[in-house]
Amino acid sequence: MDPSRKRKIRLVVALTAAVLLATMLIVVSFSAGTSQLLPSEALAQKPDERFELGGTVVDGSLEERGDTLEFAIQDPNGSAQMPVVYSGAVPDPFREGREVLVKGELEGGRFVGTDMTTKCPSKFTAQ
Amino acid sequence: MSSADLGTAALAVAFGTALYAVAAGVYAGVTRRREVAVSARRAVYALAVLLVLAMVLLEAAYVRSDFSFALVAQNSSTDTPTFYKLTAMWSSQQGSLLLWVFLLSVFSSAVLFLTRHRLREIAPWATAVLAAVASFFLYLMVFSENPFATLASPPAEGNGLNPLLRHPAMMFHPPMLYTGYVGFTIPFAFAMGALITRNTGADWIRATRRFALVAWTFLGFGILLGSLWSYSELGWGGYWAWDPVENASLMPWLTGTAFIHSIMVQEKRGMLRIWNVSLIITTFMLALLGTFLVRSGILDSIHAFGASTLGTKFLVFISIALVSSTLLVVWRREDLRSQARIDTLLSREVFFLLNNLVLLLICVVIFWGTFFPLISEALTGTEESVGPPFFNGIIAPIALVLVALSAIGPLLTWRRNTWKTLRRAFLVPLAVAVVTLVALLAFTSAGDSVPALVMFSLAAFVGAVVAQEFFRGARARRTMTGEPPPIALSRLVGRNRRRYGGYIVHVGIAVLFLGIAGSSSFNDQKDVRLEPGETVKIKDYEVTYREPTVAIEDDRSGTGAPLSFGAVLDVRKDDEHFVMRPARNYYPSQESAMGPVGRFFGGEATSEVDLRWGLSQDLWLAVQPDLRKLKGPIRRGNDLPERFAGEAIVAVARHYVDDPPPAAFRAIVSPLVVWIWLGGGIVMAGALLALWPSPEARRRRVTSLYAARLGRELSRA
Repeated sequence: MDPSRKRKIRLVVALTAAVLLATMLIVVSFSAGTSQLLPSEALAQKPDERFELGGTVVDGSLEERGDTLEFAIQDPNGSAQMPVVYSGAVPDPFREGREVLVKGELEGGRFVGTDMTTKCPSKFTAQ
Repeated sequence: MSSADLGTAALAVAFGTALYAVAAGVYAGVTRRREVAVSARRAVYALAVLLVLAMVLLEAAYVRSDFSFALVAQNSSTDTPTFYKLTAMWSSQQGSLLLWVFLLSVFSSAVLFLTRHRLREIAPWATAVLAAVASFFLYLMVFSENPFATLASPPAEGNGLNPLLRHPAMMFHPPMLYTGYVGFTIPFAFAMGALITRNTGADWIRATRRFALVAWTFLGFGILLGSLWSYSELGWGGYWAWDPVENASLMPWLTGTAFIHSIMVQEKRGMLRIWNVSLIITTFMLALLGTFLVRSGILDSIHAFGASTLGTKFLVFISIALVSSTLLVVWRREDLRSQARIDTLLSREVFFLLNNLVLLLICVVIFWGTFFPLISEALTGTEESVGPPFFNGIIAPIALVLVALSAIGPLLTWRRNTWKTLRRAFLVPLAVAVVTLVALLAFTSAGDSVPALVMFSLAAFVGAVVAQEFFRGARARRTMTGEPPPIALSRLVGRNRRRYGGYIVHVGIAVLFLGIAGSSSFNDQKDVRLEPGETVKIKDYEVTYREPTVAIEDDRSGTGAPLSFGAVLDVRKDDEHFVMRPARNYYPSQESAMGPVGRFFGGEATSEVDLRWGLSQDLWLAVQPDLRKLKGPIRRGNDLPERFAGEAIVAVARHYVDDPPPAAFRAIVSPLVVWIWLGGGIVMAGALLALWPSPEARRRRVTSLYAARLGRELSRA
């Protein structure tokens, strides 16, 4: 085989592999992705659909009941609220007034969460 | 002049000096005037001196708790332990920028000093690039993020360092990461110089590869410290969460790993030149991206640092750097042609290339997953994110291939291999891997997880390959010199440090992956609520909650927490019996509305995890005390005059101990997790060995300098 043809074949093989991998990545990530919604957007969500609810924990809304926490999350601009029942592990920085991201689903108008991420409050920001 | 003014002035002068170094470097590069190049280099030394001064001034303010410094008031306090006062600087935006540029100036000075008699054409341009990067960071500090900003009315007490960060690993983690990021700036700058001056051989690589290796080592160590912190300080018990900021630090490490491998191909065979400059550009851009992501707040992460004004500026700087360096590569593509071709597919260079592709593939997957919220929002309008299952599912199989490649690479020779040499090289290691596989299947339950089983066997394969390399090398040397085996081995390693250091790194990485495979495939976790006296079983451990504890002003781990509520647990495993004491530290809030006693419970709280390390498995325990029953006593304490707050807190604590409510516990049994840290240690040892200058190289350098001088004098005569 002459070298130029060999090189072309190599290029085609490499490109095909790259395209295949890219397609795989796109398909897998879109099927595995969960959407992140604010309370105002989540009100329109169907029940039994998993998503991540983000926003600020409303001041004065936090109540502990046995193993579960109940609180409300609101849009950062304070426009909409959603009650949350949370039963997973509570990260150390969780507090009222902090920004959190809770994974779960809607059940009877309440958001039932099982997983939580909190934003680290003081690093790089003035309190 | 106050020390804050002095610091501000030092930064302003440093900014001017850096700009001068850029101008002088470019001028010297264009006109090739030696004395201007020397002046540019000395400007970089001056920059380092100024930034050392700035660091000292700021540290001094932290140590003496000078709250007229806004930064000191923001993240230190008089009751912060001294170690954390010294390291609180880099928990702030401004302080971390200062640390970045300080490290950059020191590294730049070091590399320019070491190359002062070499690379006469490249060095002025590299000086200009390094100084340009420094000027960007100085520009940020001089014009918007002054670490020496002062407060008109200093508070009596500072906020204190964020309690979550009060862990030794966390304090060394940022300087290590930054050393890594900054270290990759050095080869980047010299690569740019090489491109501009068309000196695209391996000279710039030889001059900076040690810096690349130092950067790689520190970045890796920094990442590992971060995961150790996550595992032993954060109350969730994992060491890696595929968080955007973690990913951002891992990406330049991956491309950096590819770089330190593929430059060997350029040094040995003159190939992969475009590839190498592209890799170092990518690595540097990812390092900048890592620094930027932490400050942008564009991705959700536990490390997301709220609103910051630096996002746009960083993005503009990264774009300029990316576009100009890419254009430079395109412009010089004719000079970057390979001097050699690949002879056969079964050669070391091909496996280097494969290892590069695999590392890049991992990096692309991580990049995609990290930025998926932005990508999906751009494409579909809704922000979606992918979690750990996405990353684990794709990256685990690629990691298996990577470890296999790290074993195969060293067995192949450059250019071509025959079947006979291959059989000779592979026979023993493959046999070891197969025997390991069979033994694992026969005697353990490792077969429950196929990826873990494959990873264990591959780790054995890597170990056998490296042992064989050491053995054969030592034997060959012994036959040649007649030295006794131990001396032959140590001299062999001593004279080929880079090579054998590299092999040790491979073993370390295999051990690290063994730990990851074991702990992620076979771990067991329980979240339970226990009354005193109750027992929970996890794997073969029986854990009994004996009694609650309270420590006032007596924090075991020295974080300065005034209050610590904990638990004493009896743990039984077969005949073994030991006691564990996890706790939760409470840091006071500065809000007076909570009351003089209430504020001690209303601030930050952090888990003080108790860990029982073991070579085969760790037992990890965290406690979350239930303080709801204490509301009454706290309220009564709040009603007392403030000077009785101390007694009131003691009363609250006694109430908790005398009438203990059930407490929530998280118990984790994680097999082999300790091997992650041990593997990291082996990697460090190997990297240090590879970095240590060998006596022969030193001699070679001296003789070659001498030869060069002799040559010059002869030609003049």
